[in-house]
Amino acid sequence: MKNLRTFNNPYRDDKVFEGCAIFALLNQAGKNVSGEPVFRAIANMRNRGNGLGGGFAVYGIYPEYAEHYALHVMYDDPAAREEVECYLKDRFDIAEEEEVPTRKTPAVSHPPQVFRYFLKPRAGWMDDVTEDERMIRAVMDINTGIKDAFVFSSGKNMGVFKGVGHPETMAEYFRLDEYRGYLWTAHSRFPTNSRAWWGGAHPFSILDWTVIHNGEVSSYGINRRYLEMFGYACTLETDTEVLAYIVDLLARRQRLPMSLVTKIMAPPLWEEIERMKEPERSELIKLRQVYGSLLVNGPFAVVIAHHGEMIGLNDRIRLRPMTAGIGGENLYISSEEASIRLVCPELDEFWSPQGGDPIVGKVKLETPALHVPVRPLVSDEDRAGLKVGGLI
Amino acid sequence: MLPEINSQLPILNPQPPTGEVAQVDARGLDYRELNRRVDDLLASGAGEIEIRGVHGQRYIASRIRRPVNFRIHGTPGNDLAAFSDGVRLEVFGDAQDGVGNTMNSGEIIVHGRAGDIVGMGMRGGRIFIRDEVGYRTAIHMKEYREQRPVIVIGVMGQDFLGEYMAGGVVVILNLPPRNPKSFSRPPAFIGTGIHGGKIFFRGKLEPYQTGKEVGFDCPDEKEKELLNGIIRDYSNYFSQNLDHVIPDDFLKLYPKNLRPYGRLYAY
Repeated sequence: MKNLRTFNNPYRDDKVFEGCAIFALLNQAGKNVSGEPVFRAIANMRNRGNGLGGGFAVYGIYPEYAEHYALHVMYDDPAAREEVECYLKDRFDIAEEEEVPTRKTPAVSHPPQVFRYFLKPRAGWMDDVTEDERMIRAVMDINTGIKDAFVFSSGKNMGVFKGVGHPETMAEYFRLDEYRGYLWTAHSRFPTNSRAWWGGAHPFSILDWTVIHNGEVSSYGINRRYLEMFGYACTLETDTEVLAYIVDLLARRQRLPMSLVTKIMAPPLWEEIERMKEPERSELIKLRQVYGSLLVNGPFAVVIAHHGEMIGLNDRIRLRPMTAGIGGENLYISSEEASIRLVCPELDEFWSPQGGDPIVGKVKLETPALHVPVRPLVSDEDRAGLKVGGLI
Repeated sequence: MLPEINSQLPILNPQPPTGEVAQVDARGLDYRELNRRVDDLLASGAGEIEIRGVHGQRYIASRIRRPVNFRIHGTPGNDLAAFSDGVRLEVFGDAQDGVGNTMNSGEIIVHGRAGDIVGMGMRGGRIFIRDEVGYRTAIHMKEYREQRPVIVIGVMGQDFLGEYMAGGVVVILNLPPRNPKSFSRPPAFIGTGIHGGKIFFRGKLEPYQTGKEVGFDCPDEKEKELLNGIIRDYSNYFSQNLDHVIPDDFLKLYPKNLRPYGRLYAY
């Protein structure tokens, strides 16, 4: 019998001690731009992935349905679709539904069906909670209750496109060259601890929060158990999923500013906190005490995005590479500098932050292209309280 | 079936540089194809190779064991000049992670910054980086008799510089940063686990910034001579006036113990 391993990989380099590539572009003026530089940049890091997962999150792509939730759902089995649509029709007003357009791509084999629904929760269903909460409930119900159906994304005016293949292959398959968005994140996967399947590719998302991740969340078990208390069910078999739920819980539900969220996920080391001055010192101790179960351990470089904002974050001793650059209106985050230079040779600013020090990119508020009201995450009163601690 | 790449190894018998500069355009090339072209040039006796349009290709000038000059324009990828032995290489741009990984001799000059683990496990030769470097520079660098590697950093290294360092010399010139956002806090964990070699740091350090295995001293006369030579070379390589940088301003960091973990697992 043929040695298939040699046949498939003549270089025999399938054991590589480095994995995953991340790349992100934010147009800080909020202008919708083509994803072409993103495809080129992520393809330039092809050696960091192995073709077992590629994906994109794009913001600003559905301005005509900006007030509706755009639900992207993957079906491994047509029967699952019937069941999901039945579930949705009972609880939502669906303005539009269609299969996500794709083109025949030789490198893509046995793709699942991906559908999108533009919808709003119907009056009379769980009226006592916010629309966002109802949407999350639906995502969890589909992911846990309906076999062979998985939600790719559920935010407004954004979407996640992902699958098994190199990211540039996924871009071609999902016809991403036909979309324009002001924020693009891209991921190339090198699965280490979990199997490769379409739902397991990055980005992971809940509402409009998306996460791409290079590394390993060794605190997954602790994080997952804590999140379950708040109704988040982890079903996608991948550690990165918890990161999306952590930011949703902290930033959206508990309304903490991202500066605190990053300090909860990657807090300063205890000895560093000991050297700090009051009141910052005791504020950070409180954060570590209250949110100890949301500390993310292990090596990681992540990009967290939602409407109007993109954050790059490393573990505290930076065990995965991440670098940033600003060229004109664009902020770039990448695993490798070469990919940024490839699409923007002349950078106004470039840096690689120390572990735990976030890269924060924001769109100026009230930008027309967003079409989604960007609300402040923290009320003025909350902000005043946090200012006392000196944390924001 | 042997992988194709192994049949393309460069010829290793040293040849004198021919004086002709071979040109390679790296745009659009996969790293394997680029390095194969370099190998072909070496096989035909090229002594100086200029590569333009580099955009992240890995392993450039790695595993080459003869004196060859490289001039690289663009952003070379990870493991630049890894395992190299005798290569002299200049980068006109920034370098990424793993510059000079386990290199044995030669010289690498980067007219820009470099990423993480510069000179990891390096055994000889010299690396000059004009600007700052990332995490874990000189991790487990070593020395043996006349083999004594040197890494010179123009600005500053991020955390864990000289981690588990076992030999050689690292010099931090602490010149004004070009990318200050890379240093939101002072670098820490310098020399954690160091058990050989020396780090010369221009400026002051708080005790918390270094590992507990680190001792502090002033450079002696012989070491000042070494520093003078390094400062002179840096200022020549990068055309900078360093008259204000004097050996008296350097701290010497040395390992307090040559076997810091000798008792760790022995009860």
